[in-house]
Amino acid sequence: MLRLIAQRLGLGLLTLWAASVLIFVGTEILPGDLASAVLQNSATPESLAEMRKELGLDRPAIVRYGEWLGNAAVGDLGHSLASHRDVVEEIKPRLENTIFLAICSAIIAVPLAVTLGLMAAIWQGGIYDRLVNLVTLLSISVPEYLVGYILIKYLSVQLGWFPSLGNVTPDTPMGERIYLIFLPALTLVLVVVAHMMRMTRASVLNIMASPYIEMAFLKGLPKWRVVVRHAFPNALAPVINVIALNLAYLIVGVVIVEAVFVYPGLGQLMVDAVSKHDVPVVQACGLIFAAAFILLNMLADILAIFSNPRLRHPR
Amino acid sequence: MRLFGHRLTIPALIGMIVIAVNLIAAIGAPVIAPFDQADVVGDAWGDPDPQHWLGLDNLGRDLFSRLIYGARMSIGLSLIITCLSFFIGITAGFSAAVLRGWVDLGLSRLVDLLLSMPTLIFAFIILSVLGTEPPVLIVTIAVLDSTKVFRLSRALAMNIAALEYVEVAKVRGEGLWWVIRKEILPNAMAPLIAEFGLRFSFTFLFIAALSFLGLGIQPPNADWGSMVRDYRDMINLDSTAPLYPAGAIAILTIGVNFVVDWMLSIHSRSHGAGA
Repeated sequence: MLRLIAQRLGLGLLTLWAASVLIFVGTEILPGDLASAVLQNSATPESLAEMRKELGLDRPAIVRYGEWLGNAAVGDLGHSLASHRDVVEEIKPRLENTIFLAICSAIIAVPLAVTLGLMAAIWQGGIYDRLVNLVTLLSISVPEYLVGYILIKYLSVQLGWFPSLGNVTPDTPMGERIYLIFLPALTLVLVVVAHMMRMTRASVLNIMASPYIEMAFLKGLPKWRVVVRHAFPNALAPVINVIALNLAYLIVGVVIVEAVFVYPGLGQLMVDAVSKHDVPVVQACGLIFAAAFILLNMLADILAIFSNPRLRHPR
Repeated sequence: MRLFGHRLTIPALIGMIVIAVNLIAAIGAPVIAPFDQADVVGDAWGDPDPQHWLGLDNLGRDLFSRLIYGARMSIGLSLIITCLSFFIGITAGFSAAVLRGWVDLGLSRLVDLLLSMPTLIFAFIILSVLGTEPPVLIVTIAVLDSTKVFRLSRALAMNIAALEYVEVAKVRGEGLWWVIRKEILPNAMAPLIAEFGLRFSFTFLFIAALSFLGLGIQPPNADWGSMVRDYRDMINLDSTAPLYPAGAIAILTIGVNFVVDWMLSIHSRSHGAGA
């Protein structure tokens, strides 16, 4: 089993490396030269030459890639072109905020989705089940910002229960922090829960077709017990997979939700950097998002190996 | 009610009506809209009245008219992107399935590579260098989205390419393009059409999200995503202005998904679950 996990880790590192190549190629070798992209219309031949030198564009791409990756590996992500501050300094508080928001949302969303999904599987074909289908369809169609603004309009502006801005600072106390991120987290939960719940239901129902489930029914066990004790443990691997994939989706949702609630997170930083052509910050944020995405996918595979004895001994 | 010999469900019917209304609004915007999208017709944030159904926006333009014009930009751009993405994805996917060997291997690994990162993040990286001109947006999103079309069309074509009549066509000496167009495409049509609806709604949401973040369609063109962005501060004054364009986005996507669901259910019934 250790070998299998090591394989997964290796594959994850390889994917991360591939993503880093992609990020670098995406920002460096595209037609528009980086210097002219940074300077936009204010470019004169002299300023262009100076910017090229500052960015090190006078050296071959492969050398710069090696440098960039080597520095990134030891935690040096360069300097922001817009604010001239160290990228790591700039990113650190933002990243903490984003992780906090994502974890809070995940803590609420995962158990909720699994419970609701199991309930839908138990009452398969009933009104509740059909409701679940409808809600899932709605939630994959409704953009995050619509959910966010509806919550702001009713819960924040009209009822005044929660603040509409998630303006946390590094020294905001924990209790207030949770209060401030309540609406952003709720938006993320609403967006992500329906899909997870539908997939949980589908995986459980898939198992429900097996002969040992029929046996359990023939023994006279009640339906909830068959679902919870016999079907669910076997459906765990696909459910974990779905949860991890949806948490990866949370990464994208977080970018938009942060914009809705003006929450000082990594997504906002990246969006700002993109509009300012601040390439080192974009690269660094891209690398972190990609790493989180890959990590979640890897985690899904590893947890699936743990939950399913058959995967522990390949062939 | 029946359509193409299949019973139409109520959600599918609703979906089709929604799509039709949106298409009419998009095509006939100059005729239908009471005012032009750029005309300033009163004070900023004027209240709704009989001439201005939804009131006026941040610059005193008629909100309802801008909503109608917005359909044009949002739907038109998404359609162009989805068509391009299908052209790339299907050509590459079918070629990979027919030619196999290193073509298949190379294309598949390239797609794996592109999918190793969330699409939005990758789009950010490209837009940060190339800017947000419409051609850049179209090509970037189409290429990123074509990876998903590639996977589906490759899987579909793998099954079809193994059949005798494709083999016969190849032995007869037909070229790659002919085999793709005449032998494989007609047989993969049904699932691809459903996928087209799905990819369209994804692209539509994606471009609206980019515009909402200020990285998509730039002013003065009205489009739903950037309208949400322009009107968002009003939410704190209890205005409904940003909810109209956001709602329009949601309604069209729901409509498309209703129709896609219906198409998928017909397909799975006539071809069996394992298709």
